[in-house]
Amino acid sequence: MNQAATKIKSETNVQQHEELSFLYKYILPLDHKIIGLQYIFTGLIMAIIGGYFAYAFRMQLAFPGEVVPLYGLVGPGEYNMLVTNHGTIMIFWVAMPVLIAGFGNYIIPLMIGCDDMVFPRLNRLSFQIFLVSALVLILSFFVRGGGFGGAWTSYPPLSSVAEYSLTDWGSSLWILAVALEFVSFLLGGINFITTTMNARAPGMKMMDIPIAVWFIDIAVILFMASVGPLFAGAVMLFMDQRIGTTFFLASGGGDPLLWQHLFWFFGHPEVYVVLLPTMGIVADVITVFSRKKLFGYRTILYTAFATGGLSFIVWAHHQFIAGIDPRVANVFVVTTVLISIPLAEMMFSYIATLYGGSIEFKTPMLWALSFLAAFLIGGVTGIYLGASALDIYFHDSYFVLAHFHYTFFPITIIGMFAALTFWFPKMFGRMMNETLGKIHFWGTFIPFNCIFLPLFLLGLAGQNRRVYNFQNYPDLARQELQDIRIFATVSLIVLLLFQFVFIYNFFVSMFKGEKAPNNPWNANTLEWSTSSPPPHGNFKAFPTVYRGAYEYSVPGREMDYWPQNEPPEGNK
Amino acid sequence: MSMHGPIATHRSASGVPTGRLATWWLLASEIFIFGGLVACFLLFKLGGTPGFEDASLTSVTAGAVNTFVLLTSSLSIVLAHAAIEKGDQKKSFTYIWYTIGAGLVFLGIKTYEYTGKILDGHTITENIFWSFYYTMTGLHALHVIGGMVIMALISFDIRKGYNYQRVELIGIYWHFVDLVWIFLFPLLYIANF
Repeated sequence: MNQAATKIKSETNVQQHEELSFLYKYILPLDHKIIGLQYIFTGLIMAIIGGYFAYAFRMQLAFPGEVVPLYGLVGPGEYNMLVTNHGTIMIFWVAMPVLIAGFGNYIIPLMIGCDDMVFPRLNRLSFQIFLVSALVLILSFFVRGGGFGGAWTSYPPLSSVAEYSLTDWGSSLWILAVALEFVSFLLGGINFITTTMNARAPGMKMMDIPIAVWFIDIAVILFMASVGPLFAGAVMLFMDQRIGTTFFLASGGGDPLLWQHLFWFFGHPEVYVVLLPTMGIVADVITVFSRKKLFGYRTILYTAFATGGLSFIVWAHHQFIAGIDPRVANVFVVTTVLISIPLAEMMFSYIATLYGGSIEFKTPMLWALSFLAAFLIGGVTGIYLGASALDIYFHDSYFVLAHFHYTFFPITIIGMFAALTFWFPKMFGRMMNETLGKIHFWGTFIPFNCIFLPLFLLGLAGQNRRVYNFQNYPDLARQELQDIRIFATVSLIVLLLFQFVFIYNFFVSMFKGEKAPNNPWNANTLEWSTSSPPPHGNFKAFPTVYRGAYEYSVPGREMDYWPQNEPPEGNK
Repeated sequence: MSMHGPIATHRSASGVPTGRLATWWLLASEIFIFGGLVACFLLFKLGGTPGFEDASLTSVTAGAVNTFVLLTSSLSIVLAHAAIEKGDQKKSFTYIWYTIGAGLVFLGIKTYEYTGKILDGHTITENIFWSFYYTMTGLHALHVIGGMVIMALISFDIRKGYNYQRVELIGIYWHFVDLVWIFLFPLLYIANF
């Protein structure tokens, strides 16, 4: 069969996507929607593991030496393993799969008006590699010596010498899992970019692409450009562990600082890799629920480019006290403070979008607004840490930890809930319960602040990270500090308990919720023009795009929204 | 299960065929992986790490011959592409297998070099230079092997009459593998400062 014949066959095939057997529909799917849901559900399951780990080590900090209910006794090695894998899981197996791979898969083809990713089988392969990487990580908890405990940054020599880490197999399986995860996201990312570049609906120009899609693609490019050197570093670390090379060991002529550079050359852009998808999702949510055109579409886009570019030259602010030259540190102080300019501009554009809008406080909107508020605190505290003089005092304290969680909790958890509640009607064809959604929102957002605001205070009081029992330090064992720790831990338990409201709401709504119309939020983007949930093949007739994604409350129109695919003569 | 792919695969909003676009992005990600390794190597070398004088022990002759073999194989894959553009499956098939043959010669010489070095006691753990030598050339060799396997698959495809465009794609990839070698050869064999 020649190419032309293949092409004709596929064009007709699309109109009648046949029903597939259960195996090919849900276990080995090629449909981007199912693959997206696979990523999201795997990520949610991993989030439960990560949350459980957080519960266990927070209990140890609040009630040191006591048996943790539903877990057991947390020893020092065990504590390190829990902290390390909590961080690893939440970033690599929750934030990235849910925000980028999961929602990216689900919404990119729908938002740009095509039937699937350009390489469905590559897409499936990416997920399968991702699944294997998750299984390898889980396996690492159960091998001799237990899971890796050298922190998610895995600095050598602790991570590369088994006699130091005491987790001979755990360390190697950990780095193997991370490397596999990188491969999965590189392959997935190529698919995402190519799809957006080539498979857009007729008429959809670059500046008509919704911000959510743009930002996922920019994130993917940042990831691609930053992860390569760390991938090489992961191979080198693995060889240090298993073959006996000394790339990162000073004893054999290697350089442990080199790992730190490779890690943070990836690690800092990684912040923006997970931030941008959430920023994009939030841009879409706030325009829909304030019924206003996005303020400064191009400006927002250019700030994202600027942020992405700058993110490659800030990494050494993680290493101010790692023995780098203070003159080099000065340069990185400047670049670090610079990067807050485009991000602040982006933030102000979002606030300007809200200004004067008819704001509806639906659940997704609450999540989106709380993201902006919480991330603002995360961003502002980051400026303290970017200044090397202050960082010498704050470094490796709970101030850093609180700052970090004020960025990553909004990005990962709040962003995820904003997206899930926003697209739930599209994904499952039913509405979520608003009341339960709001209870869950307040039950998550208030405890979140109760956990992490006090940790800023503990950090200022000099409390170091990665200490499993503060009772051994007279300065830190004081009762008033211990009270704060107990307060944070109790808040965490409250937060975790409120997640059951979400789980209940999620599953009950999925099967018993009110039927969702095609476009429950009166939004403009293409995914709302097809049925809920979209059929295999997404669209009955493929849409043509006539305008940008954010034409809300256009003067002279009866309706306050203007779908991207509505022909101009339909103007009434 | 549909074997024809979705309509998305056949769209081309950017004007560049999807397969070629994806190949370029794949190579972009590869550049950062090899780039990271090369940057680490240079940092050690410029930092005056002991052991890098061992670069003089690598065989420039073997490296030069391999450079010649690899560059020649790039010519044959270009000829394979030119032939398939004219629809000449047989000729293209032959040229692809010339390329695979050149890859085998390259790997043969590499094996000979590795064996000699290991017998001389220059193993991967001897010092940082040899660690880099085996890691970089090893990763490159894996790319050569991967390319050869894919070429073989493509050669049978085009003989059956489909996926002609893939000859060009594997050609782009093969040039990249070539280009990486062009960086590795001077770094690991010639430069001795």
